[in-house]
Amino acid sequence: MTRADAIIIGGGIHGCSTAVHLCLKGLRPVLVEKDYAGRHASGVNAGGVRQLARHTAEIPLSIRSMGLWERIADIVDDDCEFESHGQVLVAETGEELAACRARVAELEALGFSHEELIDAAELRRLVPAVSDSCPGGIVSRRDGAASPARTTTAFRRKAGHLGAIVREGMGATGIRRQDGLWRVDVGSERFEAPILVNAAGAWGGDIAAGLGEPVPVETVAPMLMITSRVPPFIAPVVILRGRKLSFKQFGNGTVLIGGGHLATPCRDTGETILDWRKLQESARTVFELFPVMRGATIVRAWAGIEARTGDDLPVLGPSAVHEGLYHQFGFSLHGFQLGPGAGAVMAELIVDGSTATPIDGLGIGRFARPSPPPAPRGQP
Amino acid sequence: MTSIPQRDAYDVVVIGAGPAGLAAAALTAGAGLATLLVDENMGPGGQVWRAITTTPVKEKRLLGDDYWAGQRLVDDVRASGAEILQRATVWSLDRTLEVGLSIDGGARLVRAKRIILATGALERPFPIPGWTLPGVMTAGAAQTMLKSSGLLPQGRVVVAGQGPLLWLLSAQILRMGGMIDLVLDTADRRNRLRALPHLPPFLTSPYFFKGLAMMREVRARTQVVGGVTSLAARGSGRVEALAYEAGGRRSEIPVDVLLLHQGVVPNVNLAMAAGVRHRWDDVQLCWVPELDERGESSVAGIHVAGDGAGIGGASVAVHRGRIAARAVIEALKPEAGLALADHATLASELARAERGRAFLDVLFQPARQFRIPADETVVCRCEEVTARDIRESVALGATGPNQLKAYRRTGMGPCQGRLCGLTVTELMAEARGRTPAEIGYYRLRAPVKPITLAELASLPKGEDATKAVVRG
Repeated sequence: MTRADAIIIGGGIHGCSTAVHLCLKGLRPVLVEKDYAGRHASGVNAGGVRQLARHTAEIPLSIRSMGLWERIADIVDDDCEFESHGQVLVAETGEELAACRARVAELEALGFSHEELIDAAELRRLVPAVSDSCPGGIVSRRDGAASPARTTTAFRRKAGHLGAIVREGMGATGIRRQDGLWRVDVGSERFEAPILVNAAGAWGGDIAAGLGEPVPVETVAPMLMITSRVPPFIAPVVILRGRKLSFKQFGNGTVLIGGGHLATPCRDTGETILDWRKLQESARTVFELFPVMRGATIVRAWAGIEARTGDDLPVLGPSAVHEGLYHQFGFSLHGFQLGPGAGAVMAELIVDGSTATPIDGLGIGRFARPSPPPAPRGQP
Repeated sequence: MTSIPQRDAYDVVVIGAGPAGLAAAALTAGAGLATLLVDENMGPGGQVWRAITTTPVKEKRLLGDDYWAGQRLVDDVRASGAEILQRATVWSLDRTLEVGLSIDGGARLVRAKRIILATGALERPFPIPGWTLPGVMTAGAAQTMLKSSGLLPQGRVVVAGQGPLLWLLSAQILRMGGMIDLVLDTADRRNRLRALPHLPPFLTSPYFFKGLAMMREVRARTQVVGGVTSLAARGSGRVEALAYEAGGRRSEIPVDVLLLHQGVVPNVNLAMAAGVRHRWDDVQLCWVPELDERGESSVAGIHVAGDGAGIGGASVAVHRGRIAARAVIEALKPEAGLALADHATLASELARAERGRAFLDVLFQPARQFRIPADETVVCRCEEVTARDIRESVALGATGPNQLKAYRRTGMGPCQGRLCGLTVTELMAEARGRTPAEIGYYRLRAPVKPITLAELASLPKGEDATKAVVRG
C-alpha cells in the first residue's frame, strides 16, 4: 500500500492540472490514467481557449483560467502553442445580431466585460473572409487557441517533475473508503490517500454513481476535421451563432473545422464512429462561407470521447455525500480552456478548504434540486 | 463498368481490383450476390497487373507471363455481373460497414452486408539520407509509369535495395531498352543462413526458377554490387550522387535517377481505420490484420484478402480472395455456396501457393540500418521530422506514435503517417527497448485517402434508405 496525499483518477487536462496545482501547494498526489494522458477529449479537442459564449455560471472560472493561460509557459515549462488572436461569434442575420446585443448587455449587467459587441465593419476587419451579408457579432479579444495534446502532455510531465506519482496504462479499480482513507487498486499496486479526485471525463459519471452520487450525464464524441494547408486568411477562431460551426486556421495554414456534430462513441473500446452526413453539413457550411477553402483537402476527421451533463455545465467541487471526495468532470464539450483554472480551484478547495473563484452553480448537489437552465452549446 | 454506384446498398463491397479483389468479386457476383468492386486505378489489375487492359506495352515477353496471367481473372469478373467502379477512391470504412468513396469529384456513401478488403501492399519505407530529394523515387512508382505509359527512367539510373520486385523491375526496364548503370543489392547476407531451414519447399516452388532466371538476366546486362551495407543520396536541389558501402569499401557514383525498394508490406490503412485489430509480424516486420481461417477480421463482416492480409504475392492473393468470397457466400446465400469448392480444398490450394514464401520472408528481411535510420535522416517527410527529433522526444517522455504527436508533428501532415508509420514504430521500439507490438502504431482515421472539402460538401444528403443504417 502506497500512501499519498491525494488520488486523482483521470489523466485528462483536468486531472493533470489538479495534480500540478496540488504539487505546487506541497502535496504529493497519485495520478491514475487508464490509457495515457490526453488519450481522449483532452488530447483531441479543438483546442479553443475561449471565454466567449459561456454560461454565466462558469464565467468566473473561465476568467480565472484565462489568466493562467496567459502565463502557461511559466506554469508547465511549455508554451503549449497557445496563441491569442481572439474568438469571434458571427451573427449571420439581424435577428442573431439582436440576440448578441442582448447577451452582451446581460453580461455587462453582471459585471463581465470580456465580450464586446461588434458591427459589420469591425467583423470584416477581424475576419475579412467572412460573408458580406453578416451584420456583426461578438468578440472576446483575449481568447485564442492551443494544442490540446501538447498542453495535456505538458501538464502531465510537469506533474511528474513536481513529484506526483503518475500511473498510465492501467485504470483504478476497487475504489473504496476504508479507515477514513480512500483506497484504489492500480494493477498490482495499491494506493491510499485522504483525498480522492474524480476527474475521469466520460467515465466520471460511473465513478460518481458508484459512490452513490448519480449525475445525469451522457457520453458524447464531438467530431472535428482538419484540412491541408491553405494560404493564411483568418486569424481569430470563428464560431457561428446560428449554425453548428467553429473554424480555426493554425499558423502552418491548416484549418480545423468543428461545431459539435456528434460521432457515435464506444466507451469500452475507446473508439468513435464518425457520422459523415453530419461532417458533410460542416463541409457545406464552410464551402458557402469561405470559398478559399473549397479546394482544400480534408486530411483527418476524428472525435474525442467526453461527458455531457444534463444541464451542459461541469460538476466541480466537493462531494455532497462523502468526506474527502471531489468531483471534476462533465465539462460538456467546453472543458479545455477551463483546465488550468479548474485545477487551481480544486487545489484551493482541497488544501485551503475554499476558493475565491465563484463556482456556486457547478456543485454536484444541484442535481438533487431542479436543474438550472441549459447553457448555450459551444466549442471546447 | 459504371461511373457512380448504382445502389445505396450491396450484399458485398470488394475494395481493390488486384488479384484478390478480382477473384473474390467474380465468385460473389457469380453466386448471385449484389457485388460492387471498387478500385482507384483507371482499369482493373491492381499493382501486379496494373493497366493490363490498356498498357501500350503489347509485346508479351517484355512484362512477362505472370503479368499477362491477370487477363483471365479480369474476363471472369467482367462476365460475373459484378458492378465495377474504376477511378473510385475509398476514403472511409467503419464497423457499421458503411463505405465512403469518391468518384469524379463527388462523394458517396454505400452500405454493405459484407466487405472484402483487397487493398494490397505498399512499398516499405526506405529512409536513407537524401531519400526525399527529387530524382529519388520508389521502384514501385517507376514500375507504375512503365506499365501504364511505357515510360522508362532517363539518365544515369541506379537501382538500390532488395527483394523480388527490385529484380523484376530491373529486368523489365532492361528488356524495354532502358539503361541501368548499377544495381546495388542491400540483401543482408546473414539472412541466408537463417533462411536455410525454409529452403527445401522453396526449391520446389515456382519462385525458385523464376527468381534465379530474373537475377541472371539482370546480371548479364548490368553491373550488380552485392552486400551493400549503407546508402546515402546527395545533391543540392535534386539527387546528384549516391554514396554506398559494400564489403567495407566506400564508393560514390554520379546519379540522375535513384530507384529505391526493399520489399512490400500490407496496406493496412483502411482496415485499421475501420477498427480491425492488427498484430506485429516478427518475420515480415510489419502489421498484419488478425484474421480467422476464412479471412474474417475482428470487425464482424469485414474480411481481408490478398497482400493486405500479409504479403504472399499474386497467386496467394487469388486463393485468399476465393476463400474470403466463399465465406461471404456461405454467410449470405448458403445454397450458392454448395456449388463451390469446399473450404478444405481452397485451403490446401492456398497452402500450395504459399510454398516457398517462408524462405523469401527471412531471406529478404531488410537490415536494421535500412529500417531504423541514423539521427540526421528525415523520417516524416510531410513535417520534416528527423530520427534525432524522434529519439529526443522519446527521451522527454513520448511513449508511442500517438503520444509523439504531443511533441512533434510526426504523422500529422498530409500523409497522416502512411509513409513513415513503420519507421516510427520500429525507431521508437528500439529507442525504448520495447517490441513494436508494445509500441503500437498511429491511430489511423478517415479519410484514409485525401478528399477535398468540395467533394465532401457534395455528399448527397441522407435519404430514408441511408438513415436506416443501424449505428452501433
